[in-house]
Amino acid sequence: MTEKIESIREVVGQLLKDGKVDLVIGYQKGATPLTCSPCFITDPSDVDKLIWDQRCGINLAKYLKDKEGKVGIIAKGCDSRSTVLLISENQVDKENVTVIGVPCEGVINKKKIEKTLNGKEIIEAEIKEDKIIVKGHGFEKTLPLEEYLSESCNLCRHPNPIIHDVLIGEPVTERQVDYDPNFDELDSMTPEERYMFFVNELEDCIRCYSCRNVCPSCYCKECFVDATMPQWFGKTTDLSDTMIYHIVRSLHMAGRCVDCGACTRACPMGINLRYLLSVAEKVIKDRFDYEAGIDAEQEPVMGIYDKEDSDEFIK
Amino acid sequence: MSTESDIEVTKTTENKEWEPKIIAFLCNWCSYAGADLAGISRMQYPPNIRVVRVPCSSRVNPYYIIKSLQRGWDGVLVSGCHPGDCHYISGNLVARRRFAVLKDLLEFVGLEPGRVSFSWVSAAEGEKFSKVVSEVVEKVKELGPAKRLVKGVEP
Repeated sequence: MTEKIESIREVVGQLLKDGKVDLVIGYQKGATPLTCSPCFITDPSDVDKLIWDQRCGINLAKYLKDKEGKVGIIAKGCDSRSTVLLISENQVDKENVTVIGVPCEGVINKKKIEKTLNGKEIIEAEIKEDKIIVKGHGFEKTLPLEEYLSESCNLCRHPNPIIHDVLIGEPVTERQVDYDPNFDELDSMTPEERYMFFVNELEDCIRCYSCRNVCPSCYCKECFVDATMPQWFGKTTDLSDTMIYHIVRSLHMAGRCVDCGACTRACPMGINLRYLLSVAEKVIKDRFDYEAGIDAEQEPVMGIYDKEDSDEFIK
Repeated sequence: MSTESDIEVTKTTENKEWEPKIIAFLCNWCSYAGADLAGISRMQYPPNIRVVRVPCSSRVNPYYIIKSLQRGWDGVLVSGCHPGDCHYISGNLVARRRFAVLKDLLEFVGLEPGRVSFSWVSAAEGEKFSKVVSEVVEKVKELGPAKRLVKGVEP
């Protein structure tokens, strides 16, 4: 994955020099090991800041909205799907976006590594081919990369960019992945057991809203949890309010989540938010045969209706 | 505007048998008129519902349903016009899509099936209205007092 960085830098530099874009959104090194932060490049001489490896887990489409001029975006499969989604929802003008597509081989979830290290601090880390070498005070460990990939990457169906103006490297083989295998387990539970499962999963939530803040689909000017007139739901970590926050968030994500996993990676409490979000996706897929971020011409599924929609749940 | 104290949360009293409280959002043009017809025709149905009149079933924001559950209502019923009969042409069709996702999602997180119900009742269907309400009340009675997602109730 790392070898592509030279071609990325070259392409970005060229696009800026030719004046085809005014700004390129990419990844740069994060403040701590194994993290990344977004990087906004306007000057071709800054391209050396860019990085590209399995650290690059942020969904860059988050930064696409409200940018002036022509914008280039470095996009994995999921970033490109979010871009398509934003175009279909009229949040981003197609004409102003240049997608620099990079086929993706998955990104890591640092939480998984921290869990293995039992909370020991990582001072230095390096990704070498299929190994992650982590160093800290008094320890050095080599971990297999594959085991620490994000869960949504393991279940990814679109690793190659859906749209791209420039493609860097060869497309990777797309896998046929069914929906989450966790569903089998959850489906076999009784409602009581399922409720307790979600209580256990969500009671750790501290309502920091990191999941909302990293999500490219969450772009409301005022979020329903921030609204005070009327104040829909409480703002504390009361279990009922927390659960409702997550339920309503996944309701808002129905037909709009591209399963990039950015929220799960951003969660400081290590909550697996994919359960709720992927069930919303499953409902949309089963009921309306729609997948988010695939076709910019298609109207958003929850914004339209069909006279033939199923009535089976209505008395 | 109603305040928190206006809405009584269902409590089991010692002397009386527990009766569920169900909030019913009825569309002005069909279901509310249907309920009216049931009343005028002196049809019998359980007195457990409290009616909120809304202009259209699509006026019912999913937040209303979730908020009702959080406040401790034992059941929620949303009723509107039959598809094709909407006073606003397509309101109920939009609502149908929204409710389908909401219902599936709530049931997935473990809310008992039957707590939240939807129905189409036209202005001429007084009998259907009384039947729907009887069914909903019976189902909610079977489920017992609401506990899940209710604020202030331990899981």
